[in-house]
Amino acid sequence: MLTITNLHASAGDKEILKGISLTINAGEVHAIMGPNGSGKSTLAQVIAGHPGYEVTAGTIEYLGQDLLELEAEERAQAGVFLAFQYPIEIPGVTNAYFLRAAYNEIRKAHGQPELDPIEFLDVMEEKLKVVEMDASMMQRSVNAGFSGGEKKRNEILQMAVLAPKLAVLDETDSGLDIDALRIVAEGVNKLKRPDNATIVVTHYQRLLNYIVPDHVHVLAGGRIIKSGGKELALELEAKGYDWLLEPVGA
Amino acid sequence: MSPLANYAEQFAATATAGGAEGPAWLPALRQRAFDRFHALGFPTTRNEDWHFTSVTPIAERRFKTLKPAPTALTGADVAPFLIDPSWHRLVFVNGQFEPGLSQFAGLPAEVHVSTLAEALRERPEWVQAHLGSLAAFDDAAFTALNTAFVQDGVVVHVPVEETVDTPLHILHVIDAQAQGAAIHPRLLVVADRASAITVVEQFVELGASEHLVNAVAEIVVADGARVAHYKLQREGSAAYHVGTVQATQGRDAAFHSFSFAEGAALSRTNIYTKLHGVNGEARLNGLYLIDGNQHADHQTFVEHIAEACASRELYKGILDGSSHGVFNGKVYVDPEAQKTDGKQTNKALLLSEQARVDTKPQLEIFADDVKCTHGATVGRLDAMPLFYLKSRGISAENAKALLTYAFAAEVLETIEVDTLRLELERAVFARFTHTALE
Repeated sequence: MLTITNLHASAGDKEILKGISLTINAGEVHAIMGPNGSGKSTLAQVIAGHPGYEVTAGTIEYLGQDLLELEAEERAQAGVFLAFQYPIEIPGVTNAYFLRAAYNEIRKAHGQPELDPIEFLDVMEEKLKVVEMDASMMQRSVNAGFSGGEKKRNEILQMAVLAPKLAVLDETDSGLDIDALRIVAEGVNKLKRPDNATIVVTHYQRLLNYIVPDHVHVLAGGRIIKSGGKELALELEAKGYDWLLEPVGA
Repeated sequence: MSPLANYAEQFAATATAGGAEGPAWLPALRQRAFDRFHALGFPTTRNEDWHFTSVTPIAERRFKTLKPAPTALTGADVAPFLIDPSWHRLVFVNGQFEPGLSQFAGLPAEVHVSTLAEALRERPEWVQAHLGSLAAFDDAAFTALNTAFVQDGVVVHVPVEETVDTPLHILHVIDAQAQGAAIHPRLLVVADRASAITVVEQFVELGASEHLVNAVAEIVVADGARVAHYKLQREGSAAYHVGTVQATQGRDAAFHSFSFAEGAALSRTNIYTKLHGVNGEARLNGLYLIDGNQHADHQTFVEHIAEACASRELYKGILDGSSHGVFNGKVYVDPEAQKTDGKQTNKALLLSEQARVDTKPQLEIFADDVKCTHGATVGRLDAMPLFYLKSRGISAENAKALLTYAFAAEVLETIEVDTLRLELERAVFARFTHTALE
């Protein structure tokens, strides 16, 4: 589904990703772990098309397309979704309007008819259950005045509505208490299908107790320094990152 | 003929043709006002208060006073402008009162609402005591011009402890008959102690005309009274509009002003209030939306004369095309006005490379124990919210439109009259997204 080859990316003059290669197949869950500043979030944002990063080398192929050629909205319409680490507040636009606008633009891109507000209510009713959110949240401005947990749940709600093929969760566990973490993780699990894939970017192993990865990659200094199965996450939990970061031959 | 000679000729003609009607003091007031206007002339950009706004286009056009004429407009014509048909309303067409289009019979008997012409007949001494008491014209040429030529308007007196529950709607419709005309509407609101009223003053256009509306409102908010004044300037793109709102507030008095301006080739809106009593609260908010070659200028002036008053200002502008916006927010804090709490925020969003905004906050603080802040930003849409919306599949164009609406929504949210807020939210939403707000 996604093939990243020798990806280099910079923010301004600073190179952050220094040659990432990664293959993700449909049905898989990949965890990207690593210390702060390793480039995890940059990788997530580059996949989504964040305008602040410049890809200087390498390729990303997504479902046979050159992902880097697509605008952020085209990537979303093609099924790429990024759950933001820091969801953006948009005072003045209701969650209901925002979600329906996004849902309809994606339908339109696929030649499907748009839903009117009444039809969309039915879609929402079902999706709200996935993240145990109250319908009243729909009339509030997007993320404005939401608690940390509400913002993250709202990200997963968007994911539920937009039904992406490739979901990238950027530090979705940060700042969540254990109940919110469980709700968010269960939401992600409910949305898992054999034809979609998930990338979970996280600093801690905690989230991976709930969302069990097929593959774990450790990112440091802009490169993947180790890949393994889910047991690698447990090892990182026990030993930290330092044992992996020691220079070779030291 | 020079611009001033034009008005002198008009004034002489008006004075002989019915301008002398009404109580004896009125022609004298008009004459003083006209003499003052003639001495001042139209303001030039050398005048600090008009530095960014040239009124040469107004002076050059030599607008004429309209002769009274029956209107052909019907209830159906003005229906689209009735924000809520259940409100009490006075409708004026080209400055002339239209009783057939108005309805304000259901007001409490104690509350006086009438045209200025009627008030001059029925209670001339009361009008004399108030008219011009706030809208001084010594240094204000347009206020002098209004006072000299004032034809009609609205007089509102809310007695002690009376509350008018539904908004009073003053609708000024300008149509093609007003081509080349100057219209000088007047509003006088006196809210006695502990009374409350909301006034919505709206200027709209039906059929394009090049004209000048030069409106003056005087608002007295006595001790403990609450007055909300909404001014909606939605005239056509060939119009010229100058509007001055001057309020005075007593102890514990609240004055809430909102200015919405999206029409006119050139508009200047002055919102002034003086906090004369302790614990007063002034809230001056506004939104202007301009495009093409439009020029919209707002000047606010809050004078903190008494102690422990609060003032809050939020003005926003959205500018497209080659439009030019001006915001000048003055705050004066008297040496006596300790514990003043003032906050002013002014934000402009530029949608094009050619749009321009000049913003000038002016704080003159002569008391030491005060909290006064001001902030001004001019910019474009932020990258992160745009990316957020695009990352959800929303096109760049729609994302920009939605965020532009959201920028405006923050100030529209402060409108306390639900139907009015919804009306403006819908209008602004449709303006930028070209779709209907559900």
